[in-house]
Amino acid sequence: MHESAISGAPHAGGEGHSHGSEYHLAHHFETPRQQFDAGKLGMWLFLVTEVLFFSGLFAAYAVYRSNHPEVFVDAHKYLDKVLGGFNTIVLLFSSLTMAWGVRCAQLGQKRGLTWCLTATLICASLFLGIKAVEYTHKWDMGLYWGQAFAPVAEGALHGGHGHTAWLVYLSIPAALALLGFAVRAVINRVRGRQEAALVAFCLTLTALAFFVGVGLGKAVPAVTSKLLPAESSVPEAAPQHGQAAALPPTQQLVVGDPQAMSGISLTAIFFSIYYAMTGVHAIHILAGMGVLAWLLGRAVRGEFTDKYFGPVDFVGLYWHLVDLIWIYLFPLLYLIH
Amino acid sequence: MAHVMPVRVLVGIFLILVLLTIVTVAATFFPTGSFEIWISLGIATVKACLVAAYFMHLRYDNPMNAVIFAFGLIFVALFLGLTMMDTHQYQGDLIINQPGGMGGS
Repeated sequence: MHESAISGAPHAGGEGHSHGSEYHLAHHFETPRQQFDAGKLGMWLFLVTEVLFFSGLFAAYAVYRSNHPEVFVDAHKYLDKVLGGFNTIVLLFSSLTMAWGVRCAQLGQKRGLTWCLTATLICASLFLGIKAVEYTHKWDMGLYWGQAFAPVAEGALHGGHGHTAWLVYLSIPAALALLGFAVRAVINRVRGRQEAALVAFCLTLTALAFFVGVGLGKAVPAVTSKLLPAESSVPEAAPQHGQAAALPPTQQLVVGDPQAMSGISLTAIFFSIYYAMTGVHAIHILAGMGVLAWLLGRAVRGEFTDKYFGPVDFVGLYWHLVDLIWIYLFPLLYLIH
Repeated sequence: MAHVMPVRVLVGIFLILVLLTIVTVAATFFPTGSFEIWISLGIATVKACLVAAYFMHLRYDNPMNAVIFAFGLIFVALFLGLTMMDTHQYQGDLIINQPGGMGGS
């Protein structure tokens, strides 16, 4: 059923909905409904490819865990489940704000959409901040991946100042972003470009949230280590040459052909899997943040109406998938007993 | 395009998800032995279903989207299942080298 007001090619960079109700309809679709359904189908197909993408890593996890369960049970003590649980709740909240944003877009509520997208971005940034603390804490302890795995004694850790060097490096992009967006926000404000200033302001808040996450990542373990003394998150004994800390001899198995990958302990393989899974997940979060920032720019410019909100819906689907994957990663990596 | 999620449903689902997260973490403090992972995965699957049905809107959408997603999961099950079967086939035949010496024949 064709609308009578078909207006040829849609205008580029829509300046609001003054062009007629069909300006957003691309020429190769007959109705807006068909365009929306096609977009949704396309996004679901992409999500299926993403699920299969991650399932490769899950397969690696499943194979190694089922063949060496004692290694996984032991290695999990290096992971802080309170931080992991907090990160889970942060991502769940970001899913809520994203779904709420889709609802705002459907109702044409531009302000609500703007703040929901910003909240989602802030949660994502918070998550990455906490992840940065987790990673750098492990790197301080020598818990790298594969061949580089070399756990250090707790005594050596507390004495040295190498503790925060990695965290500083990881914070540099966020610091640059914070500075850059703050300056941009001020400049745009001064020049009267209110919309651009608003976008820059929201992104400034996002960059700030990274440091809030870093703060939380440092504060929470300090609190929980006083409340829950039963489980320690650091190795208990100094490592001897040729052995890893705190592992009984039966678990120090070096698998494989001596000509091939000799010398890689199985705990190192656990960490390879851990870094691969959470690292790829973090890359997906970063990519999602980029797309969300793009959506934010479009939303502030008023490109989404109650008749045209497809992009918000589809990016929302991607974001929920990122959350879904973390929902599975969290128990598998952090809650092993 | 038709169905708009009411705020109370969104918030309600979020609270249930948080509750399930707390349950998952709390369950690790109880010694359930080898069931541990299945309980965790079971709760995670419930959370995943809630996110998919409500946040991702599958419950109110064209059923084709749900069918496509379900098929993806079926292929994941095939992938993981067959891989696990294969790896367990030859575990008994592996020769483990002890540190400081050669193992096997």
